[in-house]
Amino acid sequence: MRIDVNAFLGAYPYRRVPGTAPDRLIRALERVAIDEAWVSHLPSLFWRQPMDGNAWLYDTAAGERRLRPVPAVHPGLAGWEATVQEAADHGAPAVRCDPSHYGLDPVGPEVRGLAAACGAARLPLMMAVRLEDVRQRHPNDRAGELPAAAVRALIRSDGAVRLLITHADRAFIEEVHFGSTPEEAARIWWDISWIWGPPEDHLGTLVETVGAERFVFGTGQPLRIPENAVAKLDLLDLGAERRAAIESENTRAGLLR
Amino acid sequence: MTQIPLMLIDVHAHFYHDRTPRADWRERNTSRLSAGDKIGVTHHVASILGSWGLTSPIYFPSPPDLTYGNDALLTLQRQYPDRVRGYVTVNPNYTAHASAEITRCLGAGMVGIKLAASRRATDPLLDPICQVARERGVPLLHHVWQHRRRDWAGQEASDGAELAALAARHRDVRFILAHIGGGGDWQHSLAVLRTATNVYVDLSGSGVDGGMLEACLESVGVERLLWGTDLTMETGWAKLRYLAHLLSPAQLELVKWKNAVRIFPRGAFPAD
Repeated sequence: MRIDVNAFLGAYPYRRVPGTAPDRLIRALERVAIDEAWVSHLPSLFWRQPMDGNAWLYDTAAGERRLRPVPAVHPGLAGWEATVQEAADHGAPAVRCDPSHYGLDPVGPEVRGLAAACGAARLPLMMAVRLEDVRQRHPNDRAGELPAAAVRALIRSDGAVRLLITHADRAFIEEVHFGSTPEEAARIWWDISWIWGPPEDHLGTLVETVGAERFVFGTGQPLRIPENAVAKLDLLDLGAERRAAIESENTRAGLLR
Repeated sequence: MTQIPLMLIDVHAHFYHDRTPRADWRERNTSRLSAGDKIGVTHHVASILGSWGLTSPIYFPSPPDLTYGNDALLTLQRQYPDRVRGYVTVNPNYTAHASAEITRCLGAGMVGIKLAASRRATDPLLDPICQVARERGVPLLHHVWQHRRRDWAGQEASDGAELAALAARHRDVRFILAHIGGGGDWQHSLAVLRTATNVYVDLSGSGVDGGMLEACLESVGVERLLWGTDLTMETGWAKLRYLAHLLSPAQLELVKWKNAVRIFPRGAFPAD
């Protein structure tokens, strides 16, 4: 069983990306043996009203059992509380918020309010550190990366919030993990999409120092080719149990409860 | 008839040695070889950038650091004669040292020249190095910042357009544009490489952007793509797996090794 918690549907505004349509994503899932993908609506991440993309996302995911919708919530816009409730009603595995793309302070009162609401609704809050390497971003793509300090602040802001952080690298993860109490750190899950394998062996190191239980399988597809996440696991001598934990069991036990 | 073995040649590898800032240099070297075995890498064509910053900057290595690093690579090449090949790394600002070092290291069995970012690719100081590359029939791997909009601290980086300008001055030399996935706007490089027919694209780098490999194929064609890893071997393996769905088996062999065999000197690999 392999669950990709970090996938997108829809066009990217800054370059041509193949495979953004639902049927193409399904083919990619089959190509790399992914059983289930948590999908976000990529275009609306850049919209002034990101929540307008959620209806399409729910409809699309309803027609394909392998897709699970991760709706967007903009906590600075009226009606966001209802969007969180709607996500719970639809059985969404998480909601996402990209504060720097929305022009919000990632530790401001709006995002803290969302974190608390997610905690109350027992919904994990997904946030991306980045979507692309900062060195290659389009000149007009100026949204800041999610700071590690924001993740530390948000996990402390509410005792019930669970965070799913995608596209983080080793330094970011270590800063947050060891800058949090064990109880706080146990409410954060990291996808493996941006963590380096050999010869630097960042993922191998993190599995030993932070713990395999904190990591979940994520690809960032189709912005990134999904073969990368599989290849880095194939290069690790994890053993069947820890590999299954990262590929699906941590997601099921920690995020889908 | 001699049977030609199937190979997987990593044209962009690095190793470390005892005089670098890395206390874990042995582990990193071992990890590269071990991961290479899992992936099926038959040859790591590698460079060592001086002291990697310990006693001179990574991208502006001093002559003594270059000599020490090249010696360390020669030692690895002797230690793993079936698996490791070397690029001699030089700093064009030290013309006499660069020339002597290239002669010394190619004579000792290295198979290419590595230029990092000590001097911009458009600078005439690179010309004598290119002339040696032509005379010796070795490729020149050039570090590239895919779209350099400004100067970056710590390196005098060149971008794809600047490397193409150098390649236009030396049409008999085979250039390798380093790590198309290594950061920067790869579309900027690919746009200029369409007509720079003596520049080959090394697919290494941590970037695994959707659409990048399709764009590489569209811009330069499968005959000018070279497989490599640089600092992240999983991304190299992922690209190989993805290419297996884009290319025919015969085309995939070009990327895996046949294109490399064609541009490195005869005898560099067992296939020739």
